[in-house]
Amino acid sequence: MSSTIEQIASQEYKYGFITDIEADQAPPGLNEDIIRLISAKKNEPEWMLEFRLKAFRHWLTMKEPTWANIKYGPIDYQATSYYSAPKQKKKLNSLDEVDPELRATFAKLGISLEEQKRLSGVAVDAVFDSVSVATTFRTELAKVGVIFCSFSDAVQNHPELVQKYLGSVVPYTDNFFATLNSAVFTDGSFCYIPKGVRCPMELSTYFRINSANTGQFERTLIVADEGATVSYLEGCTAPMRDENQLHAAVVELVALDNASIKYSTVQNWYPGDKEGRGGIYNFVTKRGKAFKNAKLSWTQVETGSAITWKYPSCILQGDNSIGEFYSVALTNHRQQADTGTKMIHLGKNTRSTIVSKGISAGRGQQTYRGEVKIMKSAEGARNYSQCDSLLLGDKCGAHTFPYIEVRNSTAKMEHEASTSKIGEDQLFYCQQRGISAEDAVSMIVNGFCREVFKELPMEFAVEATKLLGVSLEGAVG
Amino acid sequence: MLEIKDLYAGIDGKEILKGLTLHVGAGEVHAIMGPNGSGKSTLANVLAGRPKYVPTSGSVTYEGKDLLALPAEERAREGVFLAMQYPVEIPGVNNIYFLKAALNAVRKHQGQEELDAMEFLQLAREKMKLVELDEAFMNRSVNEGFSGGEKKRNEIFQMAVLDPKLAILDETDSGLDIDALRIVAEGVNALRSEKHAVLVITHYQRLLKYLVPDFVHVLADGRIVKSGGKELAEELEQKGYEWIEEELVAAR
Repeated sequence: MSSTIEQIASQEYKYGFITDIEADQAPPGLNEDIIRLISAKKNEPEWMLEFRLKAFRHWLTMKEPTWANIKYGPIDYQATSYYSAPKQKKKLNSLDEVDPELRATFAKLGISLEEQKRLSGVAVDAVFDSVSVATTFRTELAKVGVIFCSFSDAVQNHPELVQKYLGSVVPYTDNFFATLNSAVFTDGSFCYIPKGVRCPMELSTYFRINSANTGQFERTLIVADEGATVSYLEGCTAPMRDENQLHAAVVELVALDNASIKYSTVQNWYPGDKEGRGGIYNFVTKRGKAFKNAKLSWTQVETGSAITWKYPSCILQGDNSIGEFYSVALTNHRQQADTGTKMIHLGKNTRSTIVSKGISAGRGQQTYRGEVKIMKSAEGARNYSQCDSLLLGDKCGAHTFPYIEVRNSTAKMEHEASTSKIGEDQLFYCQQRGISAEDAVSMIVNGFCREVFKELPMEFAVEATKLLGVSLEGAVG
Repeated sequence: MLEIKDLYAGIDGKEILKGLTLHVGAGEVHAIMGPNGSGKSTLANVLAGRPKYVPTSGSVTYEGKDLLALPAEERAREGVFLAMQYPVEIPGVNNIYFLKAALNAVRKHQGQEELDAMEFLQLAREKMKLVELDEAFMNRSVNEGFSGGEKKRNEIFQMAVLDPKLAILDETDSGLDIDALRIVAEGVNALRSEKHAVLVITHYQRLLKYLVPDFVHVLADGRIVKSGGKELAEELEQKGYEWIEEELVAAR
């Protein structure tokens, strides 16, 4: 491959900086006392503590999974600190009261809250480390009855909703990382869209990991009541660090009858340096449950993290429910990603669509792992899967593992897969027309991802193109 | 405009051009003809700066500049255009977006203002008529799913929009039916002016019926062995390339 691609592929992560904010941090280690401490710090009701403890006790009986196509050294779960919150002097009533340094950090990332608020009409719930520090538009959302707040607030103010739906899609026994999260999660976002309400704006959360050695355990729960519609955006960057940072989030989506949830992610956490030192370990469990005529749509753009282990899934429980998964994953340097989706068809005439685009550069290794299950009850179910891989250079790899299980003979399944390489020919063609190699690579990569990008909300598509550009080169035209 | 002197070049260490010399002046149309393997495509690709094709000695001066010292995109921005023999497909990249990026890269380099979307569309529509391409082509991906003829017409369309000073057509006529051939020739004819030069590389004489060259050169074994006016092309059509090869052998 030409030196241009290697040059472009070897550029360093641009968002590596550390904000100097004093963190209120628990000592490293994990035991029942720490869990009680987290719960007490957050002033949680008894049932919440019980949930955590049940999860922790179950976690002790579990083993870390090894089936994924990723390699990493052993994680010392006792060396991690499980609670960290930025210190704040008082409760905030408006954005103006937010720590200026914190706001400067967001400005560096180009996601200044005011701008977000003013330009795009997006309500931003900024999560800095593990505690929400600013929530906007809450009043406007409240007018239509939409609840959009930090998970901790929801536990305090809407315990009946949290108790009803928490763990209803991802039970605390689900898997090693989800169970760990259930025991130690510190904060996250909560959304509730009442019956028949179309959420008037796109809801957005920017996540950011800050304190060294702090595992981040986010918990997100989104409930769209009957006939409700919501679009939720999640985006993140992280500062440069040497130690590996563990991240194990859980996202649960509940789409009741005739409801629709669109969940979009742009993930750009620190991927480690060129030799693979440092970087985030990202073990995420994302799953949604769709009831009658409901629709769930996952769109993700994954460019960061040293290790990505992530399978946003849909349980299509209700008849005529729809599940979608659109994904762009990019691995560069020594990044490894094992990602994909699960579509579990239970209801009649359920439909699912999977479009996965993997890009590997440098020594990046990428695996698509998808499972489509058509259960006996899923009369007339349909699935379409498409997995494409694009290789930049000859030291990276792409792997595809589609699992299909059909227990109902009326199912219709389609699967397409392709692997291609950015060739000298494509590059030369662009250059011969006057386009620089760098612009050509970004153009070709963006073209490859177009089917997924068009699923993203407008303002996010721009962000996604940018992040892809940052991961591959200087700027995207 | 273009001065090639004693050029040697090869691919994968194999020498293909062996001392080629050629002068192309502004306003001229030159046809390079020759049998398969004589080095026609190598010449086109060396001039455009394709990485695999490596010049080993000799010089190429374009508008007073050392062309071989420039990277491919610089040559393009300086006005060198290669209509490719096998245009590549770029899935997901909008044809019109691609061309706009190209044109603006060229314009920026030449100190001209970049065109905005509306100005560009106007220009593109105008040039599209020239090559009889449907507007639907604008929104398709670059060359994706195009027929052979459509790809070649797209090359000529790009050429018309980019308005290069030196256009090189690498066997653009191969695989074209008579209508497409006429369209391609008309596209090139529209470019002809005092300021433009065209290098038409072809195996057959048929394109030259519509696109009448000022000079015809025969390339054999990496060198130009015979040059003449348009009548030389007709002679080649009648007699084939053998007589030239025979002449060469006799001369040795």
